[in-house]
Amino acid sequence: MTTSVNQELQELAESVFGDAASSDTGFDAALWRTLEETGLARLTLPAGAGGSEGTLEDAAVVLAAAGAHAARVPLVETDLLAGWLLHAAGVPLPDGPLTAVAGELEVDGTTVRGELRRVPWARAVAGVAVLTGAHVVLLDPGAAEITEGTNLAEEPRDTVRVDGPAAAVVAAPDGVAAELRLRGALGRALLLAGAARGALAAGVRYAGERVQFGRPIGRFQAVQQQLALAAGEVAAASAAASAAARAAADAGFAAPSTRLAVAAAKSRTGEAAGAVARIAHQVHGAIGFTREHDLRLWTTRLWAWREEDGSDAEWNAELGSTVLAAGPSGLWPLITGS
Amino acid sequence: MTATLHRLPDLVPPPTELPPRTAALRADVRAFLAEEQMAGRWTPRADVWLSGWDERFSRELGRRGWLGMTIPKEYGGHGASALDRYVVTEELLAAGAPVAAHWIADRQIGPTLLRFGTEEQRQRFLPGIARGEVYFGIGMSEPDAGSDLAAVRTRADRVDGGWELTGTKVWTSGAHHAHAFFALARSAPRDERHRHAGLSQFIVLLDAPGVQIRPIPLLTGAHHFNEVVFDRVFVPDDMVLGEIGAGWKQVTSELAFERSGPERFLSTFPLLVALVGELAGSAGAEREIGGLVARLWTLRRMSLAVAGSLESGEAPELAAAVVKELGTRYENEVIDVARLLVTTPPDPGAEAGFARLLADAVLHAPGFTLRGGTNEVLRGIVARGLGLR
Ligand SMILES: Cc1cc2nc3c(=O)[nH]c(=O)nc-3n(C[C@H](O)[C@H](O)[C@H](O)COP(=O)(O)OP(=O)(O)OC[C@H]3O[C@@H](n4cnc5c(N)ncnc54)[C@H](O)[C@@H]3O)c2cc1C
Repeated sequence: MTTSVNQELQELAESVFGDAASSDTGFDAALWRTLEETGLARLTLPAGAGGSEGTLEDAAVVLAAAGAHAARVPLVETDLLAGWLLHAAGVPLPDGPLTAVAGELEVDGTTVRGELRRVPWARAVAGVAVLTGAHVVLLDPGAAEITEGTNLAEEPRDTVRVDGPAAAVVAAPDGVAAELRLRGALGRALLLAGAARGALAAGVRYAGERVQFGRPIGRFQAVQQQLALAAGEVAAASAAASAAARAAADAGFAAPSTRLAVAAAKSRTGEAAGAVARIAHQVHGAIGFTREHDLRLWTTRLWAWREEDGSDAEWNAELGSTVLAAGPSGLWPLITGS
Repeated sequence: MTATLHRLPDLVPPPTELPPRTAALRADVRAFLAEEQMAGRWTPRADVWLSGWDERFSRELGRRGWLGMTIPKEYGGHGASALDRYVVTEELLAAGAPVAAHWIADRQIGPTLLRFGTEEQRQRFLPGIARGEVYFGIGMSEPDAGSDLAAVRTRADRVDGGWELTGTKVWTSGAHHAHAFFALARSAPRDERHRHAGLSQFIVLLDAPGVQIRPIPLLTGAHHFNEVVFDRVFVPDDMVLGEIGAGWKQVTSELAFERSGPERFLSTFPLLVALVGELAGSAGAEREIGGLVARLWTLRRMSLAVAGSLESGEAPELAAAVVKELGTRYENEVIDVARLLVTTPPDPGAEAGFARLLADAVLHAPGFTLRGGTNEVLRGIVARGLGLR
């Protein structure tokens, strides 16, 4: 079963995120402080970058818990994306939450200019890491113009406009663009797997509480069969996301097998997201369709996240191209990785 | 307002990686399969573990040490791990090789004999299973006992030196070729309050006096499964499997091995390979193919995770049910996508290729979600795991 180290981490994550789910919106500053105190905020970064030197498998445990509890913090963005990118480029990391984005900026010496769209959590972070062309740029959000926007789950997805000096501009190391994209998809897949689990848990709980025709609706076989289907999707999402984290931990992001694993994981978690959200809502009836009820915390995240960091359609197209290029005799070796 | 999360069971064990040593094994199996195909010894088919009965091929696998791999050496096996066996079986299925003859014996009879069989029974059957020469069936279902397996009526009456079996088994795959099967029978009268009590398993030789085997043709007309009628068939005491009265427990532990293997999502894989071949050089189908591959990759990771968990001595019944439920629906999805993307009509008379694979897959599809426990029953197991029943 789970190794004992991960078991401990899982327990820690459960206790940290335990009552994070809330109908509040915006950055959860109290939770972020706890994440920093427990070393989870920069879990996979080297000690030199203020990190805890955890593995991507450790991150998988923590991110799945963050998704399951609908945590309102830029954890993937800080640890897996911006922290990694800045460290890889040799830029000292600002303290606090960070975010990262790939986009187009005009770079002239240390002056940058342009607009970045749908930047996660921009309004709440201490630094925005931007991969643009051949440069890695660090922006101070205080020196940028931020227009607030959101995704379907009301999480910040802001527009950032800059025209002036950046906090740092350095040359982008080789291969970071491809890795940034894969890291984003992996992080999102792990969050999705967690959120799917959260939605299923809500459905199972509600089915045991809601009484119609004189018994809990969970006693009806039609409801049981639907929740069992959702459980299958949750199992597939968790298996895919954690196997992709394992692949990345073992072989690194440059390995073709990791690329395939991350593509498959983002696609499969995206597919599960739709099915689980649909079933969770059906089981909840009208109450789940209200603002007042918590179910939306998970289902709106499922709908939002399946489109972010590459939708299932995008990753499927990429996977399909790889498979068709490999041809009939190449298909099975792609699946087995040898 | 804050919401605490309802606790759910573990739906899938943690990821399992295949040990590096299996790479060489995989390469050997692949080279052998390529050589067999080059020599024209068989053609890749869909659903081979149901229909590809080829005793020469099974003996050849036995000769190479690829059957009975997890059986200890003293019984003629190879003392390898379940993960080594996993690699061999997935390679065979992916290639569409004819594995039906030894399939049941290798998958579940061997492990069950090791678990519940007597020393004498092991010595008698295991070496032949590992050589690919001894074939078994499964005698569980009856006309009135399908999903409700505890409703079996076949009676085992105590007689001098053994038991006498009377009753009818149905859907017995391969009984017309197999040497023996495990028959589940009632050794004590039925008690409505304890439906699972009073059941026992017996090793029945299929050429024993009083055993009659009649074909039940599939909808294609093919002879795959059978009706097996017992008319006072004598089974000596030394052919009782495990304990009298413990049949239910034994049968359900057998099902854990039966439910999560690669055969639960690879039955139509040869069709997917042919589909990729048909689409070579054309554009526009990437998303559909990618979707199928993402699901397949995920199912394999899930199935491997269950295999790893079985290997470490656990019995992840819930996870196994989940894999089989998703996997057998996936086998159908491959057909749906193939039909959408390629308009070549299925042709059951074709020698090989896409048209033939599609024909076989369509005609065999109803069985995918029935055999080994229907998907409705599997979802019932999952619902119980979730605490709903
Ligand atoms: C290709 C193939 C090979 C087989 N080989 C063997 C073999 O070698 N040996 C052997 O013993 N058996 C074998 N079987 C039999 C198989 O195990 C049974 O078909 C299976 O258990 C279902 O039983 P049934 O066919 O009687 O269907 P039934 O149990 O009558 O089910 C009919 C329908 O009702 C549904 N249903 C039944 N009960 C419930 C419930 N409680 N809740 C919801 N829905 C329910 C089922 O899901 C199904 O959709 C084989 C079957 C097939 C198709």
